[in-house]
Amino acid sequence: MEIVFQRPKALSDVSSHYCPGCTHGIIHRLVAEVLDELDLTGKTVGVAPVGCAVLAYNYFECDMAQAAHGRAPAVATGLKRANPANIVFTYQGDGDLAAIGTAETIHAAARGENITIIFVNNAIYGMTGGQMAPTTIPGQITQTSPYGRDPKYAGFPLKVCETLSTIDGTAYAERVSVDSVKNVINAKKAIKKAFEYQIAGKGFTIVEVLSTCSTNWGLEPVEALTWLRENLIPYYPLGVYKDKEVF
Amino acid sequence: MAEKVLMKGNEAIAEAAIMAGCRHFFGYPITPQTEVAAYMAKRMPKMGGTYLQAESEIAAINMVYGASSAGVRAMTSSSSPGISLKSEGLSYMAGSDLPAVLVNIQRGGPGLGGIRPSQSDYFQATRSSGHGDFHMIVLAPNNVQEMFDLTVEAFELADQYRMTAMILGDGMLGQVMEPVDISRGEAASNVTKDWALTGTKGQRKRNVINSLYLEAEELEMLNLKRFEKYADVEKIARTDNYLTEDAEVIIVAYGICARIARNAINEARKKGIKAGLIRPVTLWPFPKNQLKTAAEKAKAFVVVEMSMGQMIQDVELSIRCSRPVHLCSRTGGMVPTPEAVLEAIENAAQAERS
Repeated sequence: MEIVFQRPKALSDVSSHYCPGCTHGIIHRLVAEVLDELDLTGKTVGVAPVGCAVLAYNYFECDMAQAAHGRAPAVATGLKRANPANIVFTYQGDGDLAAIGTAETIHAAARGENITIIFVNNAIYGMTGGQMAPTTIPGQITQTSPYGRDPKYAGFPLKVCETLSTIDGTAYAERVSVDSVKNVINAKKAIKKAFEYQIAGKGFTIVEVLSTCSTNWGLEPVEALTWLRENLIPYYPLGVYKDKEVF
Repeated sequence: MAEKVLMKGNEAIAEAAIMAGCRHFFGYPITPQTEVAAYMAKRMPKMGGTYLQAESEIAAINMVYGASSAGVRAMTSSSSPGISLKSEGLSYMAGSDLPAVLVNIQRGGPGLGGIRPSQSDYFQATRSSGHGDFHMIVLAPNNVQEMFDLTVEAFELADQYRMTAMILGDGMLGQVMEPVDISRGEAASNVTKDWALTGTKGQRKRNVINSLYLEAEELEMLNLKRFEKYADVEKIARTDNYLTEDAEVIIVAYGICARIARNAINEARKKGIKAGLIRPVTLWPFPKNQLKTAAEKAKAFVVVEMSMGQMIQDVELSIRCSRPVHLCSRTGGMVPTPEAVLEAIENAAQAERS
């Protein structure tokens, strides 16, 4: 019988720790499929963040480093500079990338560092139990914005793709979502393109993936997808924000 | 034939690193060590290496973390406030057993302090260069030649033990110019780094560089294993002694203070006081056995350091407080004078007689 669907080789044959309904699994799979399709696993080094995806080093079948909170782009810089023949990617959440690691992210982009960042934005701190993230949207209730995020008090969310698109060193920045089949397919295309740009040495690439957090949003998995669609996408519009080859 | 060149201490460190095979330097400017970065910026591109000015000290040490993970010799350099920022990365490197060389050309503190030479980061270097249970190798040069030699050695030791090694200098050593024999630098050994992240190439299982261990038993086991390694590192502890054979008053000083102490000892000898110097070259591991042996003969110790008294604790611990230990110190970026050290020697000798 012909096998039509199986686990990507770049993904380990282990159970993950992610909560039911969380879309990290989908995003992991997309990255792994791209590594398989581009035959990159043997030359790839991934960098895991601090936060929900901290154990990503257990799930990707390539060499992996685990970085300090927010420092993944700096660690990736060191890895890439030491061995430019390697394909280097970081896998980071919103707290890691857009709060404590803002400087590392912006400056890796400014240097045009030839790495790929997979940025998972679920608008909340998941690992620590649902606190406000830099990407928590106005009105969103979290453990540390119990009355809903009020921009007058807590400031505005950070729009990462928009910000990075203004930086000359950014070669490619696209925001995608994994709330529907169509968007998942599109997300994979974006991730593949980011890795292809890195192979071609075009510079800094980032794919922001809007993701769910059923547990800390307090929603059933399907409701979470709906909430993402109705709340996150309007605030964080999908699309290509920077493509060096196009504009 | 010896090839001697006139160099600043900071430049000697940079040249030594290059000769030791380091091709990846990540830094951030801070006085009084900036010549290390400037030298690297000039030389590295010509050596096919990387000089990268990071956006912060935090980023720089994490770039070192990344480069070291890839198996290359990597280095960063800073001065006191910058070292504080690097402490997070140092802890992660210790937790991941990564080798690298770190330079601290100390200035006065705490806080922004000043830019004059100091030795007030001794505790930070030898006790707590980050959170958690760990140590790093700390080497203390006292002249420009040693800044060169010990930097080469630091790379060797770091690779051998998979640890970070620090060159602990001060603003005066960093800035002083002296002739250096740089022919001693070609000693780069090739320690196998089969743990490095270079891509599996489909030929081995993946390597993981990590310091997260959620199981307490596993983490404790790793910490215990790491301390077994540290017990082995103890054997590198060493001192440089001056006139200690018959010394009744032993000065203990490192770095620039040791040079000042030598002058004071010469003067003391002229006055008939049997003074000698024990200069720890390794601050961690601290040469406690050498101190213990000296305490069998000496009547008193005088610790000279540019802090409110930090290394003095190691001296007292090493000799189990079996002899009086006096402190002669300046702080905040002030350097002790030979006269002040001589006075401290005389006072210690006088106290013993009475």
